[in-house]
Amino acid sequence: MTTWPILSITTFLPIFGVALIYLMARGSDETANNTARWIALWTTLVTFAVSLILVVRFDPSQTDFQFVEKGSWLATGINYHMGVDGISLPFVILTTALLPFCIVASWKAIQVRVREYMMAFLVLETLMVGTFSALDLVLFYLFFEGGLIPMFLIIGVWGGPRRVYASFKFFLYTFLGSVLMLLAIMALYWNGNTTDIPTLMHAAVPRSLQTWAWLAFFASFAVKMPMWPVHTWLPDAHVEAPTAGSVILAAILLKMGGYGFLRFSLPMFPLASHDFAPLIFSLSVIAIIYTSLVALMQEDMKKLIAYSSVAHMGFVTMGIFAGTIQGVAGGVFQMISHGIVSGALFLCVGIVYDRMHTREIAAYGGLVNRMPLYALVFMIFTLANVGLPGTSGFIGEFMTLLGTFKVSLPTTFLATTGLILSSCYALWLYRKIVFGALVKPALMTIKDMTWRECLTLFPLVALTIWFGVYPKPVLDMSAASVQQLVTNYTTAVTAVKAAALLQ
Amino acid sequence: MSFETAGYQLQPVLPELVLAVGAMALLMLGAYRGQGTTKLVTALAVVLLIVTGILELALPAGKLTTFGGSFIVDDFARYLKILALIGSATTLVLSTEFLSNPSGRIFEYAVLVLLSTLGMMVLISAGDLISLYLGLELMSLSLYVVATSNRDNAKSTEAGLKYFVLGALSSGMLLYGASLIYGFTGTVMFTGLAAGIKTGSVGVAFGLVFLLAGLCFKVSAVPFHMWTPDVYEGAPTPVTAFFASAPKVAAMAVFTRVTLTAFPGILTQWQQIVVFVSIASMALGSFAAIGQRNIKRLMAYSSIGHMGFALVGLAAGTAEGAQGVLVYLTIYVTMTLGVFAIILTIKRNGQNFENISDFAGLSRTNPLLAFFFAMLLFSLAGVPPLAGFFGKWYVFVAAIKAGLFTLSVIGVLTSVVGAYYYLSIVKTMYFDEPLTKLDPVRFELGTVLTLAGLFNILFFVYPGPLVSAATSAAKSLF
Repeated sequence: MTTWPILSITTFLPIFGVALIYLMARGSDETANNTARWIALWTTLVTFAVSLILVVRFDPSQTDFQFVEKGSWLATGINYHMGVDGISLPFVILTTALLPFCIVASWKAIQVRVREYMMAFLVLETLMVGTFSALDLVLFYLFFEGGLIPMFLIIGVWGGPRRVYASFKFFLYTFLGSVLMLLAIMALYWNGNTTDIPTLMHAAVPRSLQTWAWLAFFASFAVKMPMWPVHTWLPDAHVEAPTAGSVILAAILLKMGGYGFLRFSLPMFPLASHDFAPLIFSLSVIAIIYTSLVALMQEDMKKLIAYSSVAHMGFVTMGIFAGTIQGVAGGVFQMISHGIVSGALFLCVGIVYDRMHTREIAAYGGLVNRMPLYALVFMIFTLANVGLPGTSGFIGEFMTLLGTFKVSLPTTFLATTGLILSSCYALWLYRKIVFGALVKPALMTIKDMTWRECLTLFPLVALTIWFGVYPKPVLDMSAASVQQLVTNYTTAVTAVKAAALLQ
Repeated sequence: MSFETAGYQLQPVLPELVLAVGAMALLMLGAYRGQGTTKLVTALAVVLLIVTGILELALPAGKLTTFGGSFIVDDFARYLKILALIGSATTLVLSTEFLSNPSGRIFEYAVLVLLSTLGMMVLISAGDLISLYLGLELMSLSLYVVATSNRDNAKSTEAGLKYFVLGALSSGMLLYGASLIYGFTGTVMFTGLAAGIKTGSVGVAFGLVFLLAGLCFKVSAVPFHMWTPDVYEGAPTPVTAFFASAPKVAAMAVFTRVTLTAFPGILTQWQQIVVFVSIASMALGSFAAIGQRNIKRLMAYSSIGHMGFALVGLAAGTAEGAQGVLVYLTIYVTMTLGVFAIILTIKRNGQNFENISDFAGLSRTNPLLAFFFAMLLFSLAGVPPLAGFFGKWYVFVAAIKAGLFTLSVIGVLTSVVGAYYYLSIVKTMYFDEPLTKLDPVRFELGTVLTLAGLFNILFFVYPGPLVSAATSAAKSLF
């Protein structure tokens, strides 16, 4: 069994599902729609099951890449090279685990062109898993950018009223950032005659190239993350995307930026990362404080959560570029936790949106009277978003702050105020929607969560609390890789500092 | 064959001879049997092109020269000739419907395409400035006539006339440049020029500028692009497909061969020109296309932009750059032919439509068609994992190696601008409300479209053969 390319199977299984849907769900009647839904659900479930084999067989004590597959592809030095380590595996699992929830969440919400919708989602899954498991820069770029096409269509075809604007903004913003990264990839290729990521991680890149390449990669990942001031595409995309699209966007696509920083910027350009750390800290702090304030002023539920995502990603970038074990491990954990929590929050918004067809905060109020179960679930995720101890949100934020504390005290101080602000907007949102008197006539007949909605949200509740109380599984999985990453980074930086002292 | 003196073998030109004789024979057939033979002549022309291609591949390997070195058959020529032949043959296939109209039943059309293709093959193999000019004129003169093949249409006639007048002007410039180069170096052979020009004299540089101006006209690069939108719009759609594919291949081929084999000594001088032309073409191609409503005009600007991208590879002036040009041209031809096949399918009640708004909601009425078109558009925009991305990869990777960073950055930025208008078409097809259903898609159009679409979607799975063929073709120039 060891000869099976499990990683490639995980990656490309959804494409098989696409073929199945194409062949078996002909026509556009209800039967075909249901066939498409069931095939999509089963494909994502099987993919998730296969990805669990990865977890079982993964050896967390090793720092090398595992499940490595290599084949010649484009040219010498540009190969089909796949593999995961402790940093990428959690993201692969996050992706495969969330996809079934997305399919279920779209079960009733999507009624037109169901077949195409499910196909787009499965293609997107392949590209996302591929992004996290590619070990060649060109291959990575292929998956990373390829994801734009299905997401563009998902927002544009099944989105809200301003979907065209939002989809174009999403596509062009991300594309603009990425083409610069493409040039940097080419420069790296000529520098080492390879685009093999493990090789490049240990290859010495000249200082001047490091700076330029870092900036080019930064252009791409900062947009994707998104960091202030290039975050403006995110609220639009979130608001217009269908619920499942928002979930994917918040839970996985944003993480590609952070993953990129961890996989490329820090190990390949340690000196440039060190030089630019103050810039990152400033941008992160601005993101945390500014977008939290902006979130306070929102009238649209999805927009509020979108801005809170930008703020939470600020903690991630801060932690990563602190370059300490706590910071980096916290960054990884925060991304996983945010993936679960923000994804769940968008699902919560989707639940009331499906009933009322509005996301205006002012249109709600007093839901606790009619929807006690919903109020409970929504509360757990709101508190996790705030970072209440006992939820997964706390661990990530605490660790990133802890990691940054050793490096930059002012940054930590300012970022911590963000925690206060986040409880302001999150609790305000919760109060406006759930508490208060049930006076709006439209809400009088609203129904509590159906069993299908419970099925999507209860596992996420369990994960949020489990990781909040016992974060060890995720932290252990990434510990060795993070340790090695940080060691290499500090060695490179101290070596240069020592050399500078000798002169 | 005893009558062949040394250096004048006929074997290397065998495919061209067959094509020329075949074209004459078909002309006779049509002339004696009347317009009723249009269908037969077209079918035989496609067969002839395929036979020519097979003969080309059957030539002995390695570099063959004849006619005292003015005709070269190397891997570079083989690669591009096959590409041009594919382009021409596909265009003839796409023209089937146009030629079966009562007003369009002209057998000369296929013969002219054959003669034009013959010109391209001579052009691609040109080893001196004389054979370059001969090939170029044979190609162009046929094209001028083909552009007006819709004789009752004022727009088509106007397109042909415009093309002819401006083309004649550019030929004049090219000849003037060639004569200057000859005057200052005393030779027209590319090898002789390469040996003679080590440091650029003002005269040679002057001549080179005029020569390149003429070539820029043929590849429709800025600032010699003005004819393109009008001719593309005015000519019948299959003819436009022809203009956009094979002649571009041939012109780009000779552009590459002249600059790299005849003027390697003054690389820095022509590099400046190519860099400027490339930037201007990419920028104009992407910005000017935004405002277009007519899909053929849009494709005209798109092709200007794409020639700019291909020139990025040439600007590098290296084997990698030439390889980039070859890969780019190949992918460009498949994308273009696919797109024009789609434009030809946009028919309602027997009438063709050419506005972008006519594509509205195509994803609902003809989902497969819309899917392939969307993929081709993403490929044109250079979004991975589609083939267009790899075209851009190879040209830019060469430019980066050659240190042309400004060019590369401007290039990729304009590709983002370009993505906007391709996305607008996708938006029209996928996000807008559908119009009435199209007429049934003709078999040949569906086939071309499917092949082009699948090539672009699946290129990334197995890029090896094409890339290695391009590598060896590019190496044969150095």
